[in-house]
Amino acid sequence: MSQIVYQRSPGLQDVETHYCPGCHHGIIHKLIAEVLTEMDLLDTAVGVCPVGCSVLAGNYINCDFIEAAHGRAPAVATGVKRTHPELPVFTYQGDGDLASIGAAEIMHAAMRGERFTTIFINNAIYGMTGGQMAPTTLEGQKSTTSQSGRTRELHGLPVRMAEMLSTLDGMAYAERVCVADIPSLNKAKRAIKKAFTLQMQGIGFTFIEVLSTCPTNWGMSAVDAGKWVKSNMTQYYPLGVVKDVEVQA
Amino acid sequence: MQKELWKGNEAIAEAAVRAGCKAYFGYPITPQNEIPEYMSHRMPETGGVFLQAESEVAAINMVYGASAAGVRAMTSSSSPGISLKQEGISYLIGAELPAVIVNMMRGGPGLGTIQAGQADYFQATRAPGHGDGHMIVLAPSGIQEAVDLVADAFDMADIYRNPVMILADGMIGQMMEPIVWKEREAVALPPKDWAALGREAPGKTHFVTSLRLQSPENERFNQELTGKYQRIADKETRWEEIDCQDADLIIVAYGTTSRICQSAARKLRQEGIKVGIFRPITLWPYPYEALRKAAQQQSVKAVLTVEMSSGQMVEDVRLAMCGLKPTPFYGRTGGMIPETDDVADKVRQILQEVKP
Repeated sequence: MSQIVYQRSPGLQDVETHYCPGCHHGIIHKLIAEVLTEMDLLDTAVGVCPVGCSVLAGNYINCDFIEAAHGRAPAVATGVKRTHPELPVFTYQGDGDLASIGAAEIMHAAMRGERFTTIFINNAIYGMTGGQMAPTTLEGQKSTTSQSGRTRELHGLPVRMAEMLSTLDGMAYAERVCVADIPSLNKAKRAIKKAFTLQMQGIGFTFIEVLSTCPTNWGMSAVDAGKWVKSNMTQYYPLGVVKDVEVQA
Repeated sequence: MQKELWKGNEAIAEAAVRAGCKAYFGYPITPQNEIPEYMSHRMPETGGVFLQAESEVAAINMVYGASAAGVRAMTSSSSPGISLKQEGISYLIGAELPAVIVNMMRGGPGLGTIQAGQADYFQATRAPGHGDGHMIVLAPSGIQEAVDLVADAFDMADIYRNPVMILADGMIGQMMEPIVWKEREAVALPPKDWAALGREAPGKTHFVTSLRLQSPENERFNQELTGKYQRIADKETRWEEIDCQDADLIIVAYGTTSRICQSAARKLRQEGIKVGIFRPITLWPYPYEALRKAAQQQSVKAVLTVEMSSGQMVEDVRLAMCGLKPTPFYGRTGGMIPETDDVADKVRQILQEVKP
C-alpha cells in the first residue's frame, strides 16, 4: 500500500514556473503558499508582484494578485489594504525593485506602519534584465554593469534594507532568512508565518528579507549558488530577527 | 434648487464624494491644494480613505491598488505632478482599471509658474503615458460644469474601465461660482468581477495585470483597446456651440479660455461682427465632425483657436478642418491669461485679412 508523504501545496497553482534551475523563487513561493494554506488565508489574500522575475507570481500562488510597476508595490498594497483592512495583503519584491527604484515607496510604507507584509527577495543582482548591478550587489561582485566587480569608490557599499527600515517606528517585525538548506528553510517559513500573524493582528508593517540565488546571472551551478548564499551573502547580510516590537515592548 | 457658492477645487472634491469616491490619494502642489485639504476631512466623514502619499508616483499607484480592489478612487494634481503620474496612468490603461485624475493645469514647462495654463493638452490627449492608449479627457469651463463632469467621470471610468481626466486650469480651481447640486439618475454599471478582493475558488483567482508577454496576445489586447476607444468616441463625444448658426468667424476654445472668448464674442456682436463659439467638452475624444459641420456653413470665413498655450488644441482644429477654412491661432502662455480685448482685436484683424 502506498502512502502520500509529500505533495504540492494547495496554495500553489498546478503549473510549472518559468524560473531558472537553482533559483530560490520557487521555494519561497512554496513557503508563502504553505503559510497561507495553514492560516486559511488563500481565499482572501491579495498579493502584489511588481516588475522583475517574480512579476508572474500571480500565475503560481493560488490567491488573488495585482501586478505593479517597478518599485511601486508598497504604494499599490497601501491602496488595497487601506480600502480593505480585513484582507491579508503582501508584496513580493526583488532587490532592484525594492532597494533601488522603489526605495521611497518601501520606506514610506514602513514609516506609516502599513499593515501589510513585504517578502523581500534579495539575490544581490537584477535577474530579469540580465544580471546588472543592484544596490545589494556585494563589494567585488561582478555584474554586467560592474564588470570588474562592485567598488566602494564608484558605487558605495551594499544596503541592508531590513536594518535600515527597522530604524522606522512603523516597522513591527523584520527578519532576514535564507532557504539554502533545510533548517534555514524551516526558519524562513516560521518567519513568514509570524509576519502574516502580526499583520492580521494589525500591529504594523512586517518585513521578511529572504537571501536568494541567481545562478544564471551569477554564472554558477545551482549547487554552488546555494553554497554562495551561505558562504558570502550571510557574511554581509546576517540572518536573524532584526526587529520585533513584541519583544521590545 | 438652492444655489451655493463654492470654490472650484473644493466643489470638485465634494462632487467626487457625492459620486461615491471612497479613496483619495494625493500630494501637495499648487493650484490644487484645496482638493487634498478638503478630502482629508471629508473622506473619513463619509467612510472613505484619505492618504497623503509620499509622492505623485506613489499616489497614482495607491489609486491603482484601490481601483484593482474594486474601489472608486481618485487623485488630483497640477501639471508637473501629472508628469510624475504618467507611469501609473499607463499601467491603469494597460490593466484596464477605472480611475479619476484631476489636473488643475498651470503654466509650464518645468516648474513654470503657479498661474493658470492649458499647455498640458498634448500630454492629456496624445500621450497620457507610454504605449497605445487614451484617457477620456473632460474639460469644464466653470464650476457647475466641473461638478457635473466629475460625476460623469466616475461613471465613464467604471463603464469603460479606463482612467478619466478632468482637465481644468488654476483659474477654475481657485475661483468661486454659484452651483446647484443636481439629483442624478443612477447609471447601470458593469459588475467589477475582475477585482482582486479574494479568489472565487481554488484555482479561480483574479490577476490584475498589464503584462502580456506574448506579442500576439499584446497586439490583440491593443486592438481591443482601439475598439473600446472607437465606442467611446461614438458615444461620449461632447461639445457646446454658441451662436455658430450665422457666424462670420468661429472661435474654438475650451475651459477658462472659452469664457473669455464668450465675453469677446458678445462685445463683437454689438459691433455687428458675428462670432460663434465652438467649445469642446471632451478633448479626447475630440468633436472633429461637429466642428467641421459647424464651420462648413458659407458665412464662416475663418476658425480661430484660442488657448492658454503656444498652440496645442489648434492641431486638432486643423485635423477637423483639413484646409476647409483658414485656421489662425491666438494664444497666451506661461501662466498669462488672454484678455477679452486682445481676442476681439485678433478677430477683427483676421476678418480684415480674409475679406474677399
